[in-house]
Amino acid sequence: MTVIEAPRSRARSRTSFEMYSWIFMRMSGLLLVVLVLGHLLIMNVLDGGVQRVNWGFVAGRWASPFWRTWDLMQLWLAELHGTNGLRTVINDYAVRDSTRFWLKMLLYTSAFLVLVLGTLVIFTFDPSMK
Amino acid sequence: MAKAPAGTLYRGRQGMWSWVAHRVTGVLVFFFLFAHVLDTALVRVSPDTYDKVIATYKTPIVNLLEFGLIAAVLYHALNGLRIMAIDFWEKGPRYQRQLTYAVLTLWFLLMAGAAQPVLAHTFRQVFGS
Repeated sequence: MTVIEAPRSRARSRTSFEMYSWIFMRMSGLLLVVLVLGHLLIMNVLDGGVQRVNWGFVAGRWASPFWRTWDLMQLWLAELHGTNGLRTVINDYAVRDSTRFWLKMLLYTSAFLVLVLGTLVIFTFDPSMK
Repeated sequence: MAKAPAGTLYRGRQGMWSWVAHRVTGVLVFFFLFAHVLDTALVRVSPDTYDKVIATYKTPIVNLLEFGLIAAVLYHALNGLRIMAIDFWEKGPRYQRQLTYAVLTLWFLLMAGAAQPVLAHTFRQVFGS
């Protein structure tokens, strides 16, 4: 039997942030399994799939607070789950400190824009626009 | 083939490759999400603009890419459940290899079932009725 060395890690003070991040990935992941697979089922599989999606279809769904809440939760959980995943990937593969820093700034900026834009659209959408 | 070293799930064989696939599918889906929030935001611009852009999703090539996206999301979801089973279920680590095969089998069956409803329209369009 081979003994495995301890994983490489940078020497720094351990905060509980990484533990909360670990738990968040699993909890959000569990919710996202339901939210995202439900979303894919409705949008791509049932009743004609993507061929029937148009502005009127979106307006019909977002007339209901249920689907707005669904999509809002989906947006926030998916974006935060994905951003945290990409943060881990950047930490793993970007070797230089400055590369890591700028990639993460780019990541956080994009996440901020996506969350603000998406939230604004869900809250300010007007089904009677047409 | 050499046995996976003891004491780890993530070095070598099923444990490692399912982790690699989890990363790759995760990054792909994240980039799609960025584009998808932007295209959906067009509902606020005008019904016409939104419909024009959504029309690209209905073309055969993008429809095929969507099928790939569904494959990536579904793998990531099922393997995520496997990870949670390994982390939180006491027998999870012992059965991680069987869980990997369960994930792949379920993924394949669900993708086979999704192929008809997702791709039927494209199939008719490309090969005639």
